[in-house]
Amino acid sequence: MAIALVLVPLALAAVAFAIPSGRWRPWSLPAGGAVHLVLVLLALRRPVVAAFDGWLFLDPLGRLILGFLSLLFFLCAAYAPGYLALRPARSNRLFCTCLLTFLGTMTLITESHHLGLMWVAVETTALVSAPLLYFNRNHRSLEATWKYLLIGSVGIALALLGSLFLAYAAFRSGLHTSLRFEDLVREAPQLSRPWLHAAFVLLLVGYGTKMGLAPMHTWKPDAYGESPGLVGALLAGGLTSCAFLALLRFYQICAAAGDVTFVRQVMIVIGLLSMAVAGVFMAQQRDFKRMLAYSSVEHMGILVLGMGIGGAAVFGALLHLINNGLTKVVLFLSAGNIHRSYGSKLSTHVSGALRRVPVSGALFLAGFFAITGSPPFGLFLSEFTILRAAIDSGQFVVGASFLAILFVVFVGMGATVLSVVQGEPPQTTQPNAFHDSFLMVGPAAACLALVLLLGVYIPPPLNGLLQNAASFLDGGR
Amino acid sequence: MSHAVDPLLVLVLLVNFFILGTSRLRAVITGSALQGVLLGLLVVLVHGGLGLQSAAVAIATIVIKGTLIPALLHRAMRDAEIRREIEPLIGYVASLLLGAAATGAAVLFARVLPLAPEHVGSLLVPASLATVLTGFLVLCTRRKAITQVVGYLVLENGVFIMGLCLLDAMPFLVEVGVLLDLLVAVFGIGIIINHITREFSSLDTARLSALRE
Repeated sequence: MAIALVLVPLALAAVAFAIPSGRWRPWSLPAGGAVHLVLVLLALRRPVVAAFDGWLFLDPLGRLILGFLSLLFFLCAAYAPGYLALRPARSNRLFCTCLLTFLGTMTLITESHHLGLMWVAVETTALVSAPLLYFNRNHRSLEATWKYLLIGSVGIALALLGSLFLAYAAFRSGLHTSLRFEDLVREAPQLSRPWLHAAFVLLLVGYGTKMGLAPMHTWKPDAYGESPGLVGALLAGGLTSCAFLALLRFYQICAAAGDVTFVRQVMIVIGLLSMAVAGVFMAQQRDFKRMLAYSSVEHMGILVLGMGIGGAAVFGALLHLINNGLTKVVLFLSAGNIHRSYGSKLSTHVSGALRRVPVSGALFLAGFFAITGSPPFGLFLSEFTILRAAIDSGQFVVGASFLAILFVVFVGMGATVLSVVQGEPPQTTQPNAFHDSFLMVGPAAACLALVLLLGVYIPPPLNGLLQNAASFLDGGR
Repeated sequence: MSHAVDPLLVLVLLVNFFILGTSRLRAVITGSALQGVLLGLLVVLVHGGLGLQSAAVAIATIVIKGTLIPALLHRAMRDAEIRREIEPLIGYVASLLLGAAATGAAVLFARVLPLAPEHVGSLLVPASLATVLTGFLVLCTRRKAITQVVGYLVLENGVFIMGLCLLDAMPFLVEVGVLLDLLVAVFGIGIIINHITREFSSLDTARLSALRE
């Protein structure tokens, strides 16, 4: 089962590559997403999913994130046929193949219980996403892809160095040198502290680059701004969650080593810094897709901050991961639709989206309220959980800064979003053939409905997954 | 561990300085290829003899780092019809001095770190850190896309040397996975470089500045 979850998407990628018709090939994406989703649901019902002597093992945290990723991919894939039909001039062979490969390698990340294997999976996921960024084949997407590849590769090389430092921490203490997760957690109390600290810093920089934490976030606005909305949604909801999962693995090792105070302090600082940097760049941001990229930086900051605060905030951060991913789908897909309709993604050229593309415009507006944590959406609940945990544990300064930055973001983002959706459509740009069809707005609407649902009611199966993952992160306590 | 390890590591460090001090792209690429071959030899020497696994890793390293990747870069260079790095952000003499400072700092830092008994006095950890820092230096101070890629390769070589300290941590499959990822990354970057050459008629990354706040 563990192997099939990875191999089935890869096999489907090969099938997608072999399909000769560019018109029918995009349908392999929703089909592949549906097959994967069914497989994941079957796997989640099993008590143990493992393979290769424990190298692949679906632990409670992996279960939560794999289930989420599979759903996210399916919803994004459902948008793909409609989107690719609008771009008949571009060959979509590489695009479809890479997307399904992306799904397979993301699954591998969630299952990897060997940190070296996990590194290989993260790097492969990043590499197969590069052709997705370059789909538009113009100067700007070329520049974005160059930065993405180079900055990402350097960052991930540092993560490898960090993983090796971790292995050295075991070697130094005369322990069995291994990068298997179980071994490291078991031996954690005896690991050499200086090497463990150095490893954590390198890993935070390395996987933090992939997550897009400030100050390693510089590739993110370029990459998300220049890629199709569908790719932006998958990167902002999927790849970043995988990188966060990688960080959580090391968080667990440090926690098992009894060294969690150091780690938490670093995470609080980086989390607040990411939020603050994003808040500054979001104000006065005229390019609404770049604005969404900064919003992603902000929410990655919230995830790390939640882990740093600890306690109930761990549950909050995991819930926030799901809320943020789903809301990013709403925002990126509706922003992509608005971009298609106006041929521009600058708020100076785009106005009156509610009139020209009423459904996409409304989704974009609702997505904005959701992502800024307005009730009754799910993000209100997760952000409130994090805030309450900060106050309950006496971290008042952290809680106050968190609230203050959220407010700044709301104001900064609101200015851009409102000028996009309100007013009259400009006379200079003629309406083109684009209109809100079911295929183009259905997936985003479904995501919005889910975020709304999560704000008022967390279904028991999901709650179980979340509780298990949070207690697993706390070391089974 | 063999006695030839430290001399080979000294050679790796000398190649670092060679890469820092030259402007000719062909020489820079050859330098990274030479480092790849040296790393392949080091795998065999550090692991003490030719086990099946170490031989396979050594061959994969030499093939990928020593021949395939340099060949990709040479081709990108030919297509772009450029030979030299022009106007690095800091001069070659300054780069060499900074490289020397970084190497010295790496040696001092490795003394402070609590090394395992078998690595005390060995050059493995200092050479690893020095090579990582050299890679950073090349990456940050050069403007041609190809030289920046070589900087990334040097950095990755430094990480690889650190991996030599740890025999069991990186099983064969993972080691080969890392090498293959590196190859695919450079292949992808090579395609991007090719497109940059065509679109911008230059490999100067300073021209890639349309996307900014």
